[in-house]
Amino acid sequence: MTDLTHLISEAQTDFANSASMNDLEVAKAKYLGKTGLLTDALKSLGKLSNEERPAAGAAINVVKQGVEAALTARREALLNAEQAKQLAQESIDVTLPARAQSQGGLHPVTLTLQRIEQLFHSIGFEVATGPEIETDFYNFTALNIPEDHPARAMHDTFYIDDAHVLRTHTSPVQVRYMENALKTHKTPPLKIIAPGRVYRVDSDATHSPMFHQVEGLWVDEDISFANLKGVVQDFLQKFFERDDLTVRFRPSFFPFTEPSAEMDMSWNGGWLEIGGCGMVHPEVFKHVNIDSEKYRGFAFGLGVERLTMLRYGVNDLRHFFNNDLRFLSQFK
Amino acid sequence: MQFSENWLRSLVNTDLNSQALSHALTMAGLEVEEMQPVAAPFAKVVVAKILTAEKHPDADRLQVCSVDVGLAQPVQIVCGAANARPGLIAPCALVGAELPGISIKQAKVRGVESFGMMCSSKELGISAEATGLLELDSDAVVGQSIREYLDLDDNLLTLKLTPNRSDCLSMIGIARDVAAITGAITSFEAISTVPAEVQVAKKVIVSESLACPRYCGRLISGINAKAGTPAWMVKRLERSGLRSISAVVDVTNYVLMALGQPMHAFDSAKLTGDISVRFAKPNESLDLLNDQSVQLKADDLVIADASGAVALAGIMGGKPTSVDSETTDIFLESAFFAPFVIAGKARRIGLSTDSSYRFERGVDFANTRNAIEYATTLIKQICGGVAGEVTEVMGELPARHAVKLRLDRLISVLGIPLTQAKVEQLLMQLSFSFTVSDAVFTVMAPSYRFDITIEEDLIEEIARLHGYDHIPATPPEARLTMLEAPEATRHHNKLRDSLVAAGYQELVNYSFVDESWERDLLGNDAPIKLKNPIASNLSVMRTSLWGGLLDSLVYNLNRKQERAFIFEIGATYYQQASSFTETTRIAGLAYGSTQPEQWAADGSEVDFFEIKAHVDALLGNPEVTKQLTYEKAEHNALHPGQTAKIYLDGIAIGWLGKLHPKWQQHYSLTKSTFLFELEVDALLSRQIPAYQEVSKLLPVRRDLAVVVDENIAVNKVLTAIKKANIPLLLEVGLFDIYQGQGIAENKKSLALSVLMHDTQRTLTDVDADAAIENLLQLLQNDFSAILRN
Repeated sequence: MTDLTHLISEAQTDFANSASMNDLEVAKAKYLGKTGLLTDALKSLGKLSNEERPAAGAAINVVKQGVEAALTARREALLNAEQAKQLAQESIDVTLPARAQSQGGLHPVTLTLQRIEQLFHSIGFEVATGPEIETDFYNFTALNIPEDHPARAMHDTFYIDDAHVLRTHTSPVQVRYMENALKTHKTPPLKIIAPGRVYRVDSDATHSPMFHQVEGLWVDEDISFANLKGVVQDFLQKFFERDDLTVRFRPSFFPFTEPSAEMDMSWNGGWLEIGGCGMVHPEVFKHVNIDSEKYRGFAFGLGVERLTMLRYGVNDLRHFFNNDLRFLSQFK
Repeated sequence: MQFSENWLRSLVNTDLNSQALSHALTMAGLEVEEMQPVAAPFAKVVVAKILTAEKHPDADRLQVCSVDVGLAQPVQIVCGAANARPGLIAPCALVGAELPGISIKQAKVRGVESFGMMCSSKELGISAEATGLLELDSDAVVGQSIREYLDLDDNLLTLKLTPNRSDCLSMIGIARDVAAITGAITSFEAISTVPAEVQVAKKVIVSESLACPRYCGRLISGINAKAGTPAWMVKRLERSGLRSISAVVDVTNYVLMALGQPMHAFDSAKLTGDISVRFAKPNESLDLLNDQSVQLKADDLVIADASGAVALAGIMGGKPTSVDSETTDIFLESAFFAPFVIAGKARRIGLSTDSSYRFERGVDFANTRNAIEYATTLIKQICGGVAGEVTEVMGELPARHAVKLRLDRLISVLGIPLTQAKVEQLLMQLSFSFTVSDAVFTVMAPSYRFDITIEEDLIEEIARLHGYDHIPATPPEARLTMLEAPEATRHHNKLRDSLVAAGYQELVNYSFVDESWERDLLGNDAPIKLKNPIASNLSVMRTSLWGGLLDSLVYNLNRKQERAFIFEIGATYYQQASSFTETTRIAGLAYGSTQPEQWAADGSEVDFFEIKAHVDALLGNPEVTKQLTYEKAEHNALHPGQTAKIYLDGIAIGWLGKLHPKWQQHYSLTKSTFLFELEVDALLSRQIPAYQEVSKLLPVRRDLAVVVDENIAVNKVLTAIKKANIPLLLEVGLFDIYQGQGIAENKKSLALSVLMHDTQRTLTDVDADAAIENLLQLLQNDFSAILRN
């Protein structure tokens, strides 16, 4: 029996020269295939004597194992190479920008309104609404502003017809809410804010014919002017996230509150006007059948655009209604 | 109201400096809107007299003057003013003076030394224009500081008075309040009665004594209407913003400013017969002093003589009976007209006069007589003349009722502890008379306070004087209950969030729009109109938010934006007969590519179904909300082939579609624009989730394709399948639509995925086949569908 050991190194060479799995299969067949050199050698064992056969068989097996080991090693190497190639092909530039989605956003006035609602909600205020085309009665008369009252001239009202106006303030919602509360047998404490659009015939750099107000109303047995100051100051401190803000009241006049005050807020060493307020006037309570001996209330009106401008540093009121996306997209 | 600080200080001796006084007024409710110095803070300007004036040797228009400035020696000044002449007394700025914009230095003017500058009022910065040197009266003392002589160390204060404080529309009124606020003492000029020098009087008949409870009239004859108004009065009037007109008019204006009593002077030679105070007669008219001719209404109160109306009471006098430079006899009027009769009347004819402004707010009816005496004194001083008797007609003056103020109520309303003694002190500072028993004050307000009628009025007064600054910011104490949180109602902010997540930016547009948007874009011929729009393109109330969105789109495209996904939530407005309703809508617009331009997207443009997904998403999770349905429809603004009316529960709640090409062209849009709009309220209700058993058995899926007529709306097919409730059928979905090769013309192939299950047992092929057969039968019967091989 000839020595077949050399086949191991020959197979190693052949396998190493196989660049692909297919070549490797062809090379494998040369040694291990049906007519391969090792298969033939095994077949020829039958021709040997019983004495010779075991040793020859063992020798062939050693060679076969050597060839198979070489085959497995080559196979793994080829697989690894193939995988490496695929991975290389699949590699990407991870620094490329992400697939961009269209970016939406809320109007800054909405952001402010949402913050106002959130803050007042946290101490139990509900949100009430009312119509923007308001009757002369609710916009004026029920708020103790009878016809020909000089205060009407201060309102620069948009008229629809003799009995209807575009509401000049959110205060009519107070009256509507209290009226309705009574109808549904809801008794004080009543705590609402009424956000919404209001209208004045006025248009220049610092006035818009349409703007937003938030009305606040708290009716209860023991509510006081000092409480009004307390609530407004608390709100401003939380809204601007500044504990050092203080509120200053200045005597003023609104026919539907008494005492009345203009609210100023301390800001950068000075004072800024941010709205009007006061204790609900007995005439207003009379219109909605609330006993002003038993109950008292405070009401306030805040300018939403003003708060928004201060909060975000916007310097021109007109930005809010020009709807320039370069402006609006800054508020996410 | 504007006035001179020095005038005020002459009436009340406060120690506060200008800033502190201004602050005190503001904090007491008399808001100082503006405080402006009368003159810049210059010095070294004196009263000077030109002694000689010689022509400049080298300049035609210049004179070389020798000027007495109050020093030992006259100074030489080169002057170019035309009115420079020997003997003229005028201001002179000495070397070193700093006038507004000019520093005075010793200089050579065309070769001649000049040691100062003679000044015009413009150069002193006290008037906007001047024609020459400011000529001073001959009594001016040479060498005196011009600041002193012209009283230039003064401020103009402008008060923004609230309508309740008519008592402060005069100098004595403001002085009174300063005294009340600060505790200072007032010193008012005593007004003496001018006795009648001749027994002449006009008869006055007041037929409307409610409207005119007090009327005083007086004839003054033989006056010199051409007399000059004294400088002190002109100055005070000017600093009150009133131009000097003539002595008589100036006096009436001065009394108005000083006492708050509007007055009027008629030329009595132009009056015929008696004076009457009555309402206007039918067809009566009047030519007013401002040359306006007014057709009088039945509720206009007038002053009339025998020939008819001569003045609109409390508002303005008539032209024909007005005082002019030839006037010698006047009839002076000082009256109290009740606020109700004046209120609104001036505004009705487009006027607001100093007189009407005061009368409609309330004038001190205790001062009517004083005012006419004071005016008489001043007229006689300035114009001479002899005064007749005062005719006074007195009706019932407004009553000042006692108002109760309970100390405990005061304390609890304000939320601060106040003692009875403190309240007494504050009421005294206000000159309110009162009695007190058991901690209840009974207060009588003076005649000049029209705003003290109920307890709250007094509470406000006390608070004001105590100082709003001294009221602490106290958090309320309250009983706490939780607010309701209805789970079946979504907050409208959810709708906002949904669109923001889909990439839309929120806008806020005006509620009033261009009428053409309503008419042409929306087919609304009768929008709600504003009677007084701010601009013609903002004249009607919107019924849709689309106009504003399109306008904003164009605005942004003009600013180089390439795409826009925008939305708005807001009211839309409708009229039914004489009542108005509002519907809150949410509307969106999408224009340009679906995603921002980038390497990672192909830049494909938005289409109907992209936007439809955004609309569907508004309703929230389909598991717990109803489904929107869409039906082909037509809308003025939209492409007829790509318009859907949107329904919820069979009720139309909105629109979705592509902007009509004609509008696309109208707005110069290069790309397709998609619009939607829905009623917000309809979108806010949802169902509270209710658990349903999850089947343990796996569903079976079969796919089939059917061919139907191409006009059949797919939704109809899917809805019919759902409605049919075929046993075992769980869900039928559409996964492809195909037209083209292999499909007959005018037909389309629908590829359906059919999910089936049985909650009780595993589905057999026989069961599934039967269910599919049922489905096909339905499709064949209802839609003539044919199973595609």
